[in-house]
Amino acid sequence: MTASSIIPLFVAIPLAGAFITPLIGKKVKWAPDVIGNSLTFVLAVLSIFSVMMVSSSGTIVYSVGGWMPPVGIAMVLDGLTSFMLVTVNLLAFIIAVFSVNYMEKFTSKAKFYCLFLLMLAGMNGVLISGDMFNLFVFLEIASVASYALVAFGTERYELEAAFKYAIMGTVGSLFVLLGIVFLYSYTSTLNMADMAQVLMQKGGGNIVLMVSALFIMGFGLKAALVPFHAWLPDAHPSAPAPISAMLSGVLIKSLGVYALCRIFFNVIGMTADISSILMFLGALSMVVGVFLAIGQWDFKRLLAYHSISQIGYVVLGIGLGTPLGIFGGLFHLFNHSVFKSLLFLDSGAVEYSAGTRDLKKMGGLAEKMPVTGTTSLIASMSIAGVPPFNGFWSKLIIIIALVQAGRHGYAFWAVVASVLTLASFAKVMKYAFFDKLKEQLKQIKEVPIFMKLSMSALALICLFGGLLLVGAVKIDFLDKATDVLLEGTKYAAIVFKGIG
Amino acid sequence: MSREHDKGMSLIVKTITRLTVGLILLYGVYIVMHGHLSPGGGFAGGVIIALSFINIMLAYGKEDAFKKLSRAAASMWESIGAIMFLGIALLGFTGGYFFLNFLNKGEPFKLFSAGIIPLCNIAISFKVGAGVFAIFVALILLKIDVEKKE
Amino acid sequence: MDVYLLTLVLFSIGIYCIVRKRNVIKTIIGVIILEYAVNLFFILSAYRTEGRAPIFMQEEEIVNMVDPLPHALVLTAIVIGLATTALLVGIAMRLYEKYGTFDITKIKELKG
Repeated sequence: MTASSIIPLFVAIPLAGAFITPLIGKKVKWAPDVIGNSLTFVLAVLSIFSVMMVSSSGTIVYSVGGWMPPVGIAMVLDGLTSFMLVTVNLLAFIIAVFSVNYMEKFTSKAKFYCLFLLMLAGMNGVLISGDMFNLFVFLEIASVASYALVAFGTERYELEAAFKYAIMGTVGSLFVLLGIVFLYSYTSTLNMADMAQVLMQKGGGNIVLMVSALFIMGFGLKAALVPFHAWLPDAHPSAPAPISAMLSGVLIKSLGVYALCRIFFNVIGMTADISSILMFLGALSMVVGVFLAIGQWDFKRLLAYHSISQIGYVVLGIGLGTPLGIFGGLFHLFNHSVFKSLLFLDSGAVEYSAGTRDLKKMGGLAEKMPVTGTTSLIASMSIAGVPPFNGFWSKLIIIIALVQAGRHGYAFWAVVASVLTLASFAKVMKYAFFDKLKEQLKQIKEVPIFMKLSMSALALICLFGGLLLVGAVKIDFLDKATDVLLEGTKYAAIVFKGIG
Repeated sequence: MSREHDKGMSLIVKTITRLTVGLILLYGVYIVMHGHLSPGGGFAGGVIIALSFINIMLAYGKEDAFKKLSRAAASMWESIGAIMFLGIALLGFTGGYFFLNFLNKGEPFKLFSAGIIPLCNIAISFKVGAGVFAIFVALILLKIDVEKKE
Repeated sequence: MDVYLLTLVLFSIGIYCIVRKRNVIKTIIGVIILEYAVNLFFILSAYRTEGRAPIFMQEEEIVNMVDPLPHALVLTAIVIGLATTALLVGIAMRLYEKYGTFDITKIKELKG
């Protein structure tokens, strides 16, 4: 057993939890909560440990079953992977804590935690996989679990949203599979590093163009970039609040943005055309998402449209391709997953206490629910880019990078979208939390302790997120991730060196 | 209409099912056990095993089928199969690698060979057999609920 | 070459079915057709001229086998397809329970 043995545990632990929970969860009432929370806690600790491992020994390649890559299945732990692992597992832990109280009102906690851990296993699998087909398998595990979770309440609108999401998600996955088939028949290998090497030697032709188009469609659908976004505003609000937080916070990033980056930067290789396509899609999502969000009166639906808009920022920053742009995009990815999860948890808390999602029916809730009010104020300012919260720094970096690269048009739209976000959240805060207290809401109470705890934890991360930009944390956490994308197709050489 | 017809299908179907269902189950077990020697394996064999239970359900009605394999048992076997598979994978850590084939590989084309692969096949067959049966049951029972309401 | 074009036709039929059909069940069948078009294409990409099935047999030499890897991968893809289809059918049945119809144009409580 060496230190690198923790790499497969990121998949094995949540899978084990997912299968043990239904086995004993029916008999022992408290078991699902304990299993779900303790396992996600272990995973969060392991993910932080993985960051330290990467900073001390560089890229680590794990060969499953002792079969050496490129023949065997590889799991690769590098800077980008450990960065994403921390984002996913930390949020999963905080959201699991929130679910202890929130999921009381649903029937079966065992089923909830089973699907939740299955989704987590899928996401972690996508992140650590160094093999094209395994990436697809884990992508499907996470997607199928998320379709089931969206339909978890089995009400009319939830089923409708889940059906729409499942159909579109399946079509997206099939596009990805078709892309993988083309790549396999062109390069005769599935290992990503080997594939990058073969593609470099053979050179790209029309087939690579076609594969790029298929991947942009497939992963773009998973990431909800604008022409492919139709499922998100239905699916994300319909799920229970912790799941909305998970879907908006991390699922669209690990399945969509991460996979897109990994394949385009490290395997196929970034070209100017792909870069401009990604930037255009990003800017389009950014602007269209925020315009659609302003008119919404359903709290969660508004947040879902903002997810589209913020994903646009991330893709715009990463698509720019300059070191600062990628850095800003990744930092915004982390920040967005924190504050958007917090906002969804807040909306869940409001729904839990006041029983409504309609902004017009709320009012003055800050008085009755001080923790929820304060945390959502912090998250709103963060998403709108008000200093000194974390959202401000990442948006600032993206805009500076755009200006430096001479893309003044995109920078202008980024600022416009930011201002519109601020306007939209000013509306939310006014109607939901600071207006006059409505008569029928006089009786409501603050939410239970575990919900308060997890919301406060996320609010603290929002408040001090800017500190990630200084000192050793920046070098280990963000710079390492940025480097992986900047290396481009040198990834292959680094991975082959890391086999050991 | 005889009384028997209320539960399940006609006498001919029931008799044929009674005669063949054991053979179907046995064939499924054969496919699983020879998965490492010939085409087949855990998934195909598991589906055939599930089909034998589904046959009972189609011919005799759901009460008789649940006597053989209840819903709770199906979901339990499904979890056990998955945990077995994961356990085998984790046992590979004894040799240093996740999913390492740590048993003696033996000679090719012998029943006891190929290390952990037959064990994995058995675990998968539990998972798939119980899983396919559970999916079928879930779809069937939902339909009954709908008809009751109308 | 014709075979590849036929899978393309199958693929197009699947897409057409998903986009145009109003019945929920027909949409699901469209997804299944699409899935099988991709799987068939995957299997076809493994074919080598005059190749035989990639089964390791006692008496035969290992010559002229088709590529075995896509066969294994397609099995996985089929299993995933089974799970997705089962889930879709389950959701469709629940939809029928709640709305009393399979017509997608009548199932629209959510806007845009």
